Amino acid sequence: MTENKMVKLIIDGKNVEVPEGTSIMHAAEVIGIKVPRLCYHPYLSIEGACRVCIVEVKGARNFIASCATPVAEGMEVTTTSPSIRQARRDIVELILDNHPKDCQTCDRDGNCELQRLAYAMGVRNRYFEGERKNYEKDLSSPAVIRDPNKCILCQRCVRVCEEVQGVTALCQAHRGFNTVVMPAFDLPFSESVCVTCGQCINVCPTAAFLEKESTKKVWDAISNPEVTVIAQFAPSVRAAVGEGFGLEPGHNMEGQTVTALRRLGVDIVFDTQFGADLTIMEEANEFVKRFTQGGKLPMLTSCSAAWMKYIEQFYPELLDNLSTCKSPMGMVSALTKTFYAKKKNLDPKKIFNLAVMCCTAKKFEAARPEMADENGKAYTDAVVTTREFVWMVKSQGIDFVNLEKSDFDPVLGFSTGAGAIFGATGGVMEAALRTAYEIITNETLVDIDFVPVRGMKGIKEAEIDINGTKVKVAVAHGLGNARILMDQAKNGTSPYHFIEVMGCPGGCIGGGGQPYAGTDVIPLDQEMLKARAKALYDIDHGKVLRKSHENPYIQRLYKEFLGEPLSEVSHHLLHTHYKQRFPKGI
Amino acid sequence: MTDFKLTPELENYIDECKQKEEYKSYLIAVLHKIQEVFGYLPQSMMEEVAERLEIPTSKIYGVATFYHMFKLKPEGKHAINICLGTACYVKGAQQVLNAFETALKIKLGETTEDGLFTLKSTRCLGTCGLAPVVMIGEKVYSNVTPDDVAVIISSYKNR
Repeated sequence: MTENKMVKLIIDGKNVEVPEGTSIMHAAEVIGIKVPRLCYHPYLSIEGACRVCIVEVKGARNFIASCATPVAEGMEVTTTSPSIRQARRDIVELILDNHPKDCQTCDRDGNCELQRLAYAMGVRNRYFEGERKNYEKDLSSPAVIRDPNKCILCQRCVRVCEEVQGVTALCQAHRGFNTVVMPAFDLPFSESVCVTCGQCINVCPTAAFLEKESTKKVWDAISNPEVTVIAQFAPSVRAAVGEGFGLEPGHNMEGQTVTALRRLGVDIVFDTQFGADLTIMEEANEFVKRFTQGGKLPMLTSCSAAWMKYIEQFYPELLDNLSTCKSPMGMVSALTKTFYAKKKNLDPKKIFNLAVMCCTAKKFEAARPEMADENGKAYTDAVVTTREFVWMVKSQGIDFVNLEKSDFDPVLGFSTGAGAIFGATGGVMEAALRTAYEIITNETLVDIDFVPVRGMKGIKEAEIDINGTKVKVAVAHGLGNARILMDQAKNGTSPYHFIEVMGCPGGCIGGGGQPYAGTDVIPLDQEMLKARAKALYDIDHGKVLRKSHENPYIQRLYKEFLGEPLSEVSHHLLHTHYKQRFPKGI
Repeated sequence: MTDFKLTPELENYIDECKQKEEYKSYLIAVLHKIQEVFGYLPQSMMEEVAERLEIPTSKIYGVATFYHMFKLKPEGKHAINICLGTACYVKGAQQVLNAFETALKIKLGETTEDGLFTLKSTRCLGTCGLAPVVMIGEKVYSNVTPDDVAVIISSYKNR
């Protein structure tokens, strides 16, 4: 590849010079022309499926897709003319004519790329009435539902699932008019390798993928006076929820979220970050034990729900490397129905645990038998995504952005900075190292910012000197990146002692349940993810206590209830084991 | 579901493919061989190929459903080939096909639940003078009308 070779061409009468291999679409952006587009996504391979980005190239027989065509020396390109505009409008209209006309009742109303595009292209009438596809919705998964009728076959979901996540649960089956995006063998989603991460929802331009809604049982619980509704919300929710109300990414809306939950009728609001601190207590001690006394290494983190399903299917041979800790959500839910219920004299059967999560996979996790009490009843009664929470708030006419801030309820509502950064890739590792260092050395860690594990690089590594021993750690986000580290671990060539894996790009902040990207932001956008991550690191920085083991409520919890980390009570309530799951991932 | 096993020949063939540099590009060839042996592509065999060639099952399913030559269900005991060539079509083959679809409660290309019949279309059989023509096994039915369909089907029911 001669990367530096430049190519000169003319776009709309202007001279442009770009490196060889640049697409016409990107060359046009250099001079400020954003060719309309639909299936194109900058982090995914080029599909050329929608044909919306067509341009005219002098000498070419037809209009050509600008995303899929590289520039050539002397090329003369026209990006807009009456006939191109007409053709683009026809293309979008043809897509629309095999699409339901139910915008007003659709989950993506106001947030749909197809809707936006149709308006922008000037589609004001629908002239082509033709045959319509008609498929059953796939509601089998507890987390992600699939509605092929809304699908416009842009293949973004197929690409993100394969290229970013390495899961490849989806394919384009059949051909022509009968093409449908579906799991292998047209099996229900619940029987496929889908890890329920929800990235297909994030990148879908329409509503062909959505989370399975859980709000009804939340409304029911809230309106039942006999039930105590205890809510918790994930670190990443506070960093992104503002976007659902029109704010720029990166606002910390923690206090407003607490107030909004109370206004919705929730009785007690706890913080998943408390669970994060507790996870660190258990996980750091587990790591120290394995590291100093000999145990399965590299130890792998276990808080990301999509990652759990992934390892069960794709790397069952590494399940012993997994930390046995439940997720922060799982820990908080288990404690509210045991420790807290006892403390406050509440009947655990009349507690309804609501978790507001940035995640679709948490819906799957909550329903797992591994996360249930001894009678098989789930500790977490409902998981709603950030998006579902946003509409619940809107439906009550709550002016979220202008709400006064309030504090969490005591006991399980206090967290350190270490708990906050859980939501960003590298955060769990950083939080664990802050605590593990002090356990091993018995010294105070002064420089507590582990910068090498921060940021949006796919795989990050660091080496920490603890008492003269080098501890090698790695962090992966997005399951495609995890695969690289897992292959090493499987082959016995992993140089690491401790690996953090987050299922979603960016970590939980990029979760499949987060608000849809705004009008001018593309899904998965790195800047958006960085802004959300910054909100969490700012919370951490603003706190006096930034190490999980310094959390006074955590200390009290151990004194009053758990005993010590990895105790029998801890093992009973806060730890679990995972088993191989089929179908096997490839 | 019936339990299928790769024959030693198929195993050898897949192993051979696996030695090649771009072994994943042998997928279609492997699927052809499997169909030769089993008459169609059983799901368990596609899963087996997925594991051996390290290709996700969804990708294999995408390929298998894209190409018309691959069959995902076993063919019925009797394949009913209805000629839809020009002459037969002009003489009413479409109505004959409709009658078969209604009588067997399946669409073109499908197989009846009892596994007896598969409904297929064919192009000119070279006997246009007998149009419309239907061929079942080696037997050719000529001048078929929708009214004949029930009789034809029932003659195969007890075979």
